[in-house]
Amino acid sequence: MKSYHADERGYYGEFGGAYIPEMLYPNCEELRQNYIQIMQEPSFKEEFQQLLKDYVGRPTPLYFAKRLSEKYNTKIYLKREDLCHTGAHKVNNTIGQILMAKKLGKNRIIAETGAGQHGVATATVCALMGIECVVYMGEIDIARQAPNVARMKMLGAEVRPATSGSKTLKDATNEAIRDWINNPVDTHYIIGSVVGPHPYPDMVARFQSVISEEIKNQLQEKEGRENPDYVVACVGGGSNAAGAFYHYLDTPEVGIIAVEAAGKGIDSGESAATSALGKIGIIHGSKTLLMQTQDGQITEPYSISAGLDYPGVGPMHAHLYASGRGEFISITDDDAMNAGLELCKLEGIIPAIESSHALAIFEDRKFNPDDVVVVNLSGRGDKDLQNYIDYFKL
Amino acid sequence: MPEIGLKTHVSHLKSRFMNRIKQKLQEDKKILSIYFSAGYPNLNDTVQIIQDLEKSDVDLIEIGLPFSDPLADGPTIQASSTAALKNGMNTALLFEQLEDIRKTVSIPLILMGYFNPVLQYGVEEFCAKCEEIGIDGIILPDLPLDVYQEEYEAIFKKHGLINVFLITPQTSDERIKAIDSASDGFIYMVSSASTTGAKQGFGNEQSDYFERIAHMNLNNPQIVGFGISNADTFEQATQKAKGAIIGSAFIKHLTENGVDGIGDFVKQIR
Repeated sequence: MKSYHADERGYYGEFGGAYIPEMLYPNCEELRQNYIQIMQEPSFKEEFQQLLKDYVGRPTPLYFAKRLSEKYNTKIYLKREDLCHTGAHKVNNTIGQILMAKKLGKNRIIAETGAGQHGVATATVCALMGIECVVYMGEIDIARQAPNVARMKMLGAEVRPATSGSKTLKDATNEAIRDWINNPVDTHYIIGSVVGPHPYPDMVARFQSVISEEIKNQLQEKEGRENPDYVVACVGGGSNAAGAFYHYLDTPEVGIIAVEAAGKGIDSGESAATSALGKIGIIHGSKTLLMQTQDGQITEPYSISAGLDYPGVGPMHAHLYASGRGEFISITDDDAMNAGLELCKLEGIIPAIESSHALAIFEDRKFNPDDVVVVNLSGRGDKDLQNYIDYFKL
Repeated sequence: MPEIGLKTHVSHLKSRFMNRIKQKLQEDKKILSIYFSAGYPNLNDTVQIIQDLEKSDVDLIEIGLPFSDPLADGPTIQASSTAALKNGMNTALLFEQLEDIRKTVSIPLILMGYFNPVLQYGVEEFCAKCEEIGIDGIILPDLPLDVYQEEYEAIFKKHGLINVFLITPQTSDERIKAIDSASDGFIYMVSSASTTGAKQGFGNEQSDYFERIAHMNLNNPQIVGFGISNADTFEQATQKAKGAIIGSAFIKHLTENGVDGIGDFVKQIR
């Protein structure tokens, strides 16, 4: 049977793999040889499950959004990842990876962050485990995400500015990779999304797969069936989407809808809609779709949402797009902001702007009245208050 | 059988002209290789730098293809790469600049860069262009061994290009042997676990590593890169290895002096 999961070499169709310099090979190889086995060890599973339950607050609710459903005349469920500790799904992965790092005997953690959500989630688990933590963050992002920088510092992490290139997420990722090259023995790199060289995309997807595992159980309770008609998630690098899609990837009757950030419009030159604007290439050790010049230089994407402005997309999603298994929709800044505000008014939930992109599809993408549509509400909007204030002149 | 005669003639020409790296490696001397970023400090300095390096008795030149995200490089080469891109450098333009390079120099030339720009140019087209110009070898640190062997080795070989692989102090003996048997020229021996230009000088750890590799009796000679900046480090690196590569230190020289005094820079190395 055709599978949309990674094969053993880390390929999703033609996407994925490990395009890394030799300096990274021993680290990635150590991880590749051990990650599945470690994840299957009973002691690992037990500790992971325990922390997800008691520390993260899982399972997160699957909430039937009644008024939103009425407005769009279909059955919309929200998977409430916004209720996770630290405010987003990111922590599912960092809990998993910190336990992985401990099993591998690493005593130093590095991470990259764009808006700071993954940085906060990493700093959080490092504090929890008492492990040294260095987070790389673009100089420009440090300036515009001051509250998250402060959070990371309060949690004991060192925030190092990435001053190279465009001084944003992709450069923070480069700096984290360079750190790993320079510290090949004692350090584990906690990548924040389903990107990077194999085995990262698959490992992160597995840690995030708790999302769709819970959806199955919860939907069974509420609707008497495990499978929704559609599952919808926003995609930057794509970790929340990978988690929400995971257990439905090979279930063709479940429609998969990935929502990208169109920014100011796909053709505006200020966009992050990688499926529409990207071409196959190599970014951060992975063969995938990425936004680049004709010469193969990686370009800087734009979105009002700092969590979606990555110039690439995880190889799983590149494959979902190229194979036609996934439906890809792009949503502008304006439509996302309005959808975010609408959720506040209709359901009393302030979503992260990333998640607002997923909510914005209902304006144009129509569903049948009896369709069950699960939207992964990946994060809460507290971190975006300043953006909401500025945008709506609140 | 004129057809066969022609083929033999062509392949003879190829072997005569395309193995400059191998010829150089056969000489009974330590190899000094210099790296610089094409298009830096000024867009059109490329040819001048190559000519001056040859005049200065350098043995091998690595021409860096600038990339927006050079993740194995330290700040010096990153900065030169960024500046080169700002100057307007790109793969097609570099090929244009090098169009007539073989009319003036005979030194072995290697293009070094990251895989994505090559992939976008088209690997086959890229290799064909290299052959046409007279490029002898390629170094793409993020093109992995297994992918190279499965997808690209035949293309590289068809165009007479030597592909150079890296090893590091963390590379296992088993993998070093695999890399050795996949290599047909030299092995790029990264001196320490680091990005380029990150470390100065060598300690015991490097001596042990140099010793260990020397004892492996590999088929391919090794040329040491990363951490070599002056006569001392060149001397240390080449005690066991066939040669050494200087990158960041030369880029710093270019930053401070432009294309002047390249001969003086090389003289202070050996």
